[in-house]
Amino acid sequence: MYNEPSPLETRILSRRFGKPNSASIDTYLADDGYQAFVKASRMKPEQIIEEVKISNLRGRGGAGFPTGMKWSFVPRNSPKPKYIVVNADESEPGTCKDRLLMEYDPHLLIEGCLIAGLAVDAYAGYIYIRGEYRYLIDIVDKALAEAYQKGWLGKNIQGTGFDFDLYTHTGAGAYECGEESALLESLEGKRGVPRIRPPFPAVVGAFQCPTVLNNVETYCAVPPIIRDGGKAFADLGVAKAGGTKLTCLTGHINKPGVYELTLGFPVMKMIEEVGGGIRNRKKLKAFIPGGSSCPVLTAAECEGATMDYDSMASRKSMLGSGGVVVMDEDTCMVKVALRIMRFYAHESCGWCIPCREGTTWLRKLLTRFHQGMGTRSDIDLIGDVSKNMLGRTFCPLGDAAALPTISIVEKFRQEFEDHLDGKPCPYEHASHMVTV
Amino acid sequence: MFSSELEARFEKLLKSYPPGRQRSAMIPMLLYGQDEVGSVTDELIEEVAKRVGVTALQVNEVLSYYSMLHRKPMGKYHVQICTNISCLLCDGDKLWEQACEKLGIGHKEVTADGQVSLEEVECIGACSWAPAIQVNYDFHHKVTPEQLDRLLDGLKKNV
Repeated sequence: MYNEPSPLETRILSRRFGKPNSASIDTYLADDGYQAFVKASRMKPEQIIEEVKISNLRGRGGAGFPTGMKWSFVPRNSPKPKYIVVNADESEPGTCKDRLLMEYDPHLLIEGCLIAGLAVDAYAGYIYIRGEYRYLIDIVDKALAEAYQKGWLGKNIQGTGFDFDLYTHTGAGAYECGEESALLESLEGKRGVPRIRPPFPAVVGAFQCPTVLNNVETYCAVPPIIRDGGKAFADLGVAKAGGTKLTCLTGHINKPGVYELTLGFPVMKMIEEVGGGIRNRKKLKAFIPGGSSCPVLTAAECEGATMDYDSMASRKSMLGSGGVVVMDEDTCMVKVALRIMRFYAHESCGWCIPCREGTTWLRKLLTRFHQGMGTRSDIDLIGDVSKNMLGRTFCPLGDAAALPTISIVEKFRQEFEDHLDGKPCPYEHASHMVTV
Repeated sequence: MFSSELEARFEKLLKSYPPGRQRSAMIPMLLYGQDEVGSVTDELIEEVAKRVGVTALQVNEVLSYYSMLHRKPMGKYHVQICTNISCLLCDGDKLWEQACEKLGIGHKEVTADGQVSLEEVECIGACSWAPAIQVNYDFHHKVTPEQLDRLLDGLKKNV
């Protein structure tokens, strides 16, 4: 196991994490594995989608779009073949949860794909795994081979008359390929640049055919939903957001790790009780709810906040991918803004100008600032350039770069002023003093 | 020109996509090919282009987009140090400086003996076990300065 489980977890998707041979098909079958598929094979496709709608499952990759609704957009009477695509390109900074699902429970993912395949009448699927996760490609390939061997993939699966093939596909290092339309371009052997939408992937996706494209965790939630009913899953969470979320606690926290928490879990309880509080008895300064694309919250904004889409939206942030980043009182927020922007400038695909030029310009401005060479007017310029990217880019990467930057400039303006006039970073010394 | 294992993998990849969509195999073939050949060589590009049915220029256009594909060989041990936000907060940037200083090389550079190369990488998905490093495809979690020192010493000796 990567970290000790917490008694505050609700382990639905992670219930086999850390168990011996949890990735093998025998372990999975002995633990009711593939029974949700059997149940789904006796349901009408519309009933499967209805059950997913009732569950209030929302996309776990970051956007939070209702999954059942997404599936219902796939045109039933299209003569084209239909595809299932799994986004396993996990690369949102702060996020390391899909790794564990594939490592410990690859058959749960395969079963989720099978059920999605039944729901939209797909005949094949692709699991797009980031290239850095080579060991996971090996684990998933082994699981696929086991599933073929035992008749849970291939032709006429378990006598149901349903044919389904599933393949792994490796990326080769590109954050942008986690964006759904860029992922589809990459899957077709091209540069990972986004496609203009509409049409959305449900109508024109992989190989120009109707496609269901979801995150690993989203597919993994489907077998429990079919097995126990959508309502049971919905009841675990809050209104409009059902179930649990794998949450990655990272940064200045005593017990970093991946924990499965119900939607609506209180933020401060998560930090203090699940994560064991801030390292070295420091105070909380800033908090990122779900990956570096989310606007940053101050400690005061975390009071009363809960880990769900609506609570985060009411604080003008997002639940995102589950990559929680905790920052203590000694953190230099200018350095944080700079590191986040360096990332987006590196990963911008260059397809559209506001993102390509905006991220590079902001990286230069923030670098200058952190070195103590910024001017007072630069503070507003950082905010202005960011705001001019918002909503003006081809894909969400531009917003992902702008949103955290705007939030840091607005909420931690004093720290930018403290870096003016050639002053050395006031936090560098303090951060050197931190020891684990 | 390739090992039988790689040939088998290429064959499987070319059969994994719908008819007429063999171009989809290009990026996996380049990455698996690089792992065996050491870098994306002109010969590898020609061969992949031929097998997926595109021109070498089209392969070149695609490969320059992907950060894991290298036209020049990296070291036998490619040490990738994450300095993105979660690792930064756990002093991943200091590990990066330590490695550069110890090896006397910088970003995407290789030691004179070709043994070790360094790359400052973006998030590698090990955020809850920061600071994290990948040596080739192997993850090292919660790396301390002492561990990094020993790790690098081990790579240098292991000729």
